[in-house]
Amino acid sequence: MVVNALRRILEALGHRVTKRIWRLGFAARFLFATLLHSGTALKRFHLTIREIYFTGVLSLIIILVSGLFVGMVLGLQGYDTLQRYGSTEALGILVALSLVRELGPVVSALLFASRAGSAITAEIGLMKATEQLSAMEMMAVNPIARVVAPRFWAGVISMPLLAALFSAMGIFGGYLVGVQLIGVDAGSFWSQMQASVDFREDIVNGVIKSFVFGVIVSWIAVFEGYDSDPTAEGVSGATTRTVVTSSLAILFADFILTAFMFRG
Amino acid sequence: MNRATIDLWVGVFVAIGLASLLFLALKVGNLAASSTGETYRLQAEFDNIGGLKVRAPVKSAGVVVGRVADIGFDAESYRAVVAMNIDSRYKFPRDTILTINTSGLLGEQYIGFEVGGDTEMFKDGAMVKKTQSAVVLEKLISQFMFNKAAEDNGGGEKK
Repeated sequence: MVVNALRRILEALGHRVTKRIWRLGFAARFLFATLLHSGTALKRFHLTIREIYFTGVLSLIIILVSGLFVGMVLGLQGYDTLQRYGSTEALGILVALSLVRELGPVVSALLFASRAGSAITAEIGLMKATEQLSAMEMMAVNPIARVVAPRFWAGVISMPLLAALFSAMGIFGGYLVGVQLIGVDAGSFWSQMQASVDFREDIVNGVIKSFVFGVIVSWIAVFEGYDSDPTAEGVSGATTRTVVTSSLAILFADFILTAFMFRG
Repeated sequence: MNRATIDLWVGVFVAIGLASLLFLALKVGNLAASSTGETYRLQAEFDNIGGLKVRAPVKSAGVVVGRVADIGFDAESYRAVVAMNIDSRYKFPRDTILTINTSGLLGEQYIGFEVGGDTEMFKDGAMVKKTQSAVVLEKLISQFMFNKAAEDNGGGEKK
């Protein structure tokens, strides 16, 4: 009796774990297949350009506006803390470093996951539910090459650009609040920023981060869409999973990358 | 939406994305400052460089004239060897004294040039002889404390 109950619990646990691992393996093979069939997406580049329009260009407004406001809040909060130590000229450093290193890549990736990632999943999931993907296969068109790869590459290309825009907009917001509104000296704001933000150490590392996040978000989005149950419920579940999984994956990857990049 | 419009918007998007990267590199970062023209190399030995870092500024009269390129350790003399890239527009006399200073009480450390009066100038790759080490704040404080303690003890014995 007790043994049976215990056995059932262990079985349930084992089933969950093997299911996760199986899915992870499937996702890895899916990524490999996507990379293998990227030839079409890069050769017929207008397919990818179309997807860049939907993922990148249409995310511009939300990225720019949030970047501006994040920068303005950083300006206000940073000034409030720094003035206690009488070093308000360091406001530029604070705003620029926190945006370029962390907030730019991470927040824009989170926004990108919920704005564009969920849309990609829903689109591919619905294509699957309405059997468009099967129809393509019937016509000897590989849906991974025709549908998945362009969306994947569009996300990978858009993400670093969006993160750079977010950081630039945020620094502009910090400048607006710090220099124009509060009255920190503009010269020291910019010069201190330039003296402590290193191109290789900070900016290039930020771009590398956002590139990695772009791969993660696009991968999860196309995989969840392709793997979704072909029902209305399945598509909605897949969309939710995309946002949750990619947000967690972004934060986790950010920790790993930061530990390697900025430990010294 | 037709293809030309989409191409246009994607073009605009990529252009402003690259422009903001350029803005980050030039206006926010130090790419512009690090790649200005010709430099020559100077080396100097210090007893203690404190918290000096690679890429720290080299200043003369408060103006940045170069940057620290490399920091090494001489295993024979047990001294720190600091290599600097100095802007070739500026020449310094051979009896210039190099000191490691701190900007502000807790600010970053930099190398200061105290210009001498020699008529001969430093050449590329020259080794600077006259240097003055960084002031290590902890040493200064502990020295002060020990002196203070010694004074107090001395005063007590006299009584």
